[in-house]
Amino acid sequence: MSSYNLTESLRQNGEFKALVGKLSGQPLSQCYQCGKCTAGCPVSFAMDVAPNKVLRMAQAGLKNEVLRCQSIWICASCSTCTARCPEGVDVARVMEVLRIMAGKEGIPAPGRGKDVSIFNSAFLRSVRRNGRMFEAGTMAAFNIKSLHLLREATTGMHMFIKGKLRLLPERIKNKKEIDSIFTAAVKERGGEL
Amino acid sequence: MRYSYYPGCSYHGSAKEYDTSTRIVCKSLGIELVEVSDWSCCGATAGHSTDDLLAAALSGRNLGLAEETGLDVTASCAACYQRLAHGRHELTRDPLLREKVNKITGRPFTGKIKVKTILDVLLDLGVDAISEKVVKPLSGIKAAAYYGCLMVRPAAVQADDPENPVKIDRVLQSVGAQTVDWDFKTECCGASLAVSNEDVVVRLTYNIIKSAVEAGANCLVTACPLCHFNLDIRQGKINSTLGTDFNLPVFYFTQLVGLALGIEGGSLNLNSHFVDTSSLLKAI
Repeated sequence: MSSYNLTESLRQNGEFKALVGKLSGQPLSQCYQCGKCTAGCPVSFAMDVAPNKVLRMAQAGLKNEVLRCQSIWICASCSTCTARCPEGVDVARVMEVLRIMAGKEGIPAPGRGKDVSIFNSAFLRSVRRNGRMFEAGTMAAFNIKSLHLLREATTGMHMFIKGKLRLLPERIKNKKEIDSIFTAAVKERGGEL
Repeated sequence: MRYSYYPGCSYHGSAKEYDTSTRIVCKSLGIELVEVSDWSCCGATAGHSTDDLLAAALSGRNLGLAEETGLDVTASCAACYQRLAHGRHELTRDPLLREKVNKITGRPFTGKIKVKTILDVLLDLGVDAISEKVVKPLSGIKAAAYYGCLMVRPAAVQADDPENPVKIDRVLQSVGAQTVDWDFKTECCGASLAVSNEDVVVRLTYNIIKSAVEAGANCLVTACPLCHFNLDIRQGKINSTLGTDFNLPVFYFTQLVGLALGIEGGSLNLNSHFVDTSSLLKAI
């Protein structure tokens, strides 16, 4: 088990805790580590850091560590933790804010998180291009970027047989409005999505 | 009753039977759905996982377009419902964000209209009104109603109880089906992790299907395209990975309601599922 000097960490990264609190709108200090979020988390078995520990790391200002864990990417946004937190902390929102921060800082998603991040990008690229997400195109882009070339090939075949696989994207009429949404988001963020 | 209708990106693809059965059921119940003109993607999890402003504006554009109809908006897809309802929540509580988003989208949203699940649209009509139109009670159906996450969490957007929701059960009972009490109504299926981390989803869906079978259900019933996809199409993958022999049909609740209303199975796309539904349907 690794150990941290919390006094030192908070001295250096105190503003990180405040920023996570501000962006998420969540009272991080309220978390008293009961572990209810972790107990109910359906995907905690696949995480490298349990949800309650992610909260603790954010409280302690362990910025470098928490933005580099797989858990913030494996979180499926099911919000079970949020619904059950006795202190009313929206844990799923904190996870989300950490994921967004990691993305903004250009920190590559590690381990199991890598393909999650690739999928999100492929999905958003499809939306940006067409205004609507094109399922087959998103999967093809994911497979190429993730080097899982045959991922979901059987699923795709089945969908095709059942008439559920569209082969061409649908494009909305006012594509310019989608362009302005993406342009505004990129501008405010100060970098690509 | 009239609503504006947001179909969502899976409506011509993986979840086309949900869209078609929603439209047809609403029509036969006298509910008019007006499709939101030129709607765009809600951004789904990829959007809100990536950028707050992007997520707010993607919802904001659709809310603005829906508001142009002057009608409350409904979405059949649970994920789309959640993004629209969440967008409405954010944009109505934060006037500065609303102003900013409205300027970006050029489709002003004032907060006048509400966002509803298609489940609530049916329930607003009333279970008695639905029962009255039943021509073929679903007496052979013993359903495990599966709600998943997005209609019931978080609190700001929840359309039913986050731990023990009953709305799908109530609708199914109104058309003569039985529903079982079971433990996995709102356990997550893993959603889009199916693509990036399939083993996680295989484990989660295994638990859900096992729980439904143990409770004595002869089918699962959902109100979410991604839940349906993970439970139906991936059932073969669960069997081949974990050595199980699950063969549990998975329906959208609108398909079963349609069947009870006497709508012909072909137009409800009842045969478009991975797990064969024909033997169960014969038993009704």
